[in-house]
Amino acid sequence: MSAAIGFGKDLIGLEHLTAEQIRTILDVAEPFKEVSERAIKKVPALRGKTIVNLFFEPSTRTRVSFEFAEKRLSADTVNIAAMGSSVVKGETLVDTARNLEAMRIDMVVIRHSSSGAARFLAERIPSNVINAGDGQHEHPTQALLDLLTVRDRLGRIEGVRVCIAGDILHSRVARSNIWGLLKLGAEVAVCGPPTLVPPGIHELGVCVFRRLEEAIEWADVLNVLRLQLERMEAGYIPSLREYNRHFGITSARLGRAPRDILILHPGPMNRGVEIDSDVADGPHSVILHQVTNGVAVRMAVLYLLAGGAPERAEAAKRGTGDES
Amino acid sequence: MIDPSQGLDDRVDLLIADGRIARWGRDLQAPESAETVDLAPDCVISPGFVDLHAHLREPGGEHKETIASGARAAAAGGFTSVCAMPNTDPPIDDPAAVGFVRAEGMRAGAARVYPVAAATVGSQGTQMTEIGELVQAGAVAVTDDGRPIASSKIMRRLLEYTQTFGIPVLSHAEELALSGNGVMNEGLISTTLGLQGIPNAAEDVMVARDVILAGLTAGHVHICHVSTQGAVELIRAAKARGVNVTAEVTPHHLTLTDEAVQGYRTECKVNPPLRSRADVEAVRAALVEGVIDCVATDHAPHHYEEKEREFDDAPFGVVGLETALGVSLKVLVEPGLLDLAGLIDRLACRPARIVPLPEGTGTLAAGAPGDVTVFDPTKRTRVRPERFHSRSRNTPFAGWELPGVVLLTIVGGRVVHRGEAQG
Repeated sequence: MSAAIGFGKDLIGLEHLTAEQIRTILDVAEPFKEVSERAIKKVPALRGKTIVNLFFEPSTRTRVSFEFAEKRLSADTVNIAAMGSSVVKGETLVDTARNLEAMRIDMVVIRHSSSGAARFLAERIPSNVINAGDGQHEHPTQALLDLLTVRDRLGRIEGVRVCIAGDILHSRVARSNIWGLLKLGAEVAVCGPPTLVPPGIHELGVCVFRRLEEAIEWADVLNVLRLQLERMEAGYIPSLREYNRHFGITSARLGRAPRDILILHPGPMNRGVEIDSDVADGPHSVILHQVTNGVAVRMAVLYLLAGGAPERAEAAKRGTGDES
Repeated sequence: MIDPSQGLDDRVDLLIADGRIARWGRDLQAPESAETVDLAPDCVISPGFVDLHAHLREPGGEHKETIASGARAAAAGGFTSVCAMPNTDPPIDDPAAVGFVRAEGMRAGAARVYPVAAATVGSQGTQMTEIGELVQAGAVAVTDDGRPIASSKIMRRLLEYTQTFGIPVLSHAEELALSGNGVMNEGLISTTLGLQGIPNAAEDVMVARDVILAGLTAGHVHICHVSTQGAVELIRAAKARGVNVTAEVTPHHLTLTDEAVQGYRTECKVNPPLRSRADVEAVRAALVEGVIDCVATDHAPHHYEEKEREFDDAPFGVVGLETALGVSLKVLVEPGLLDLAGLIDRLACRPARIVPLPEGTGTLAAGAPGDVTVFDPTKRTRVRPERFHSRSRNTPFAGWELPGVVLLTIVGGRVVHRGEAQG
């Protein structure tokens, strides 16, 4: 992000951001929320910028969210869905990037199945790179929208107890959330079958619950992760049925919580597996609020990376702060 | 001149004649026809180094390395003998292929190249190769290195059958069911990088099996590239009960931890993976103690383009022939874990006794082959991969300042490498 406020060129993850930088992004997202509520959902902040959404993995939610954020900031966007890894595709990631670069682009939003792919790209091209999820490493904008949603609902993040539940091992959402939450002073726990909890995670200052009941007793917020069917095939869990019975968020389990618990889910949901429908659609669920916040957070990230000043975000939103 | 095989560490002259060590002693009179080399006081004359484990990639991987370029890289690193691993394409699993490696090695005229043959046909792990024929053709050991011998039955048969021919089975000890699709050490770093981990147990389980089978059969198993504390303990216990087991450790496992991988550095992607600090300490101590017998490079060249990609997709392996001495001096001798004689013992004398090399390899006793390495352990240089003799540059030590400059590498009385200081 702009050197003036101490960001780098790219947003690769939350691990290397400071609490102050994360707060800045959340604060800048606030004024942008309102843009999406207007009849004419567009401000000129990124007019003339060219952004490529380079997706090597299927994604609907994240890609559409980025695209809305880009369009509402008046950027020109191109979507590239390049399925499979670079090896399968025959062209290397570096060559793909250099070709795009040669067409004079300003930013790349990349989703890739290999951990480290976003950083790999960022180190090799001068454009701004935004990580939209790399393998099992990070998914920073998802964590940012989770943080914004918690802050919206509870008024704070510091001191809030957040438990991330489910397949932690394979989750980039979990990793980005852990970094972001810890930096902003939340208490963080994870809960899932021990086969899906990565080694060494407690060394990050994260509490590990073996049973969901204990997590529910403890938590103010549950961030429920998607369980992919492949995990059963790979032998991490015996069956989806058993997973739901022991690690699924059901209203019966939540009913025994000592306090109201906020339910987050990064989507897409497997109803009846990690989360039951009556919970997903129930009064504690903020899942759609997350989706709405996703656009605002991504607008904030794009705006800051393009060199926008945090204190001028309000003006940019009114269409008077166009600096480009 | 330091030659641990004779307990020698003294200021003497060495005379090589007709390709063999003629004699050594104070103030030798050189015959008039002899070429004489005057050495600075800090220089060391050592038996030529012996590398039990190098991938020279030919046939099939000539864009990474050839037998000739590998033999030159070995000479540049002070190695006069190098054992070429058989996991080429096709694998070295028949006598003709063994003969090819030997012939190419001789043609290169650098370090001596000793073929290691595949232990099973096609390295498929199911049927033993014709080991007697392979040894007759010049193989000094068998292995399916690059992958383990998964079947305990086949490993047992190999450890039995090889005894007739006096060669060890070199074991790449990895339980594939545990290492899975892992790409680095399993631990906090793999968790934060989001990379799939390989637990120490993947190595430990297989080392346990191998030493048990070596005990059962009295065969000689040599454990390649030991990387874990657990493997060290298993080897120590096995040696204590008399099992015929030897072991090697690489310079990179003696030096680097999984923290080096941070930043998704594919030049640090290697199998077995770089482990924890405790593991590094354990393998260093084991080498000093003698539980691990020697240093071997596991020189594994890969082309730049193959490493210049996403971490998951990059191949495993680092080059090591041209940095082994410097790294070993830095992490073993400079901290005082070993003296120079101790290091030379582990680079030259001990490895020469693990595989059946020609009589006198690894010693400077009169009559031995004239394989000599002269190096200056005090001079320091920066590692510059672009100057490697190897065709590949995939080293984790680029830019490191390392002690030790190889001044002369002599094979059979012929100078095959001359370091910079000698012009």
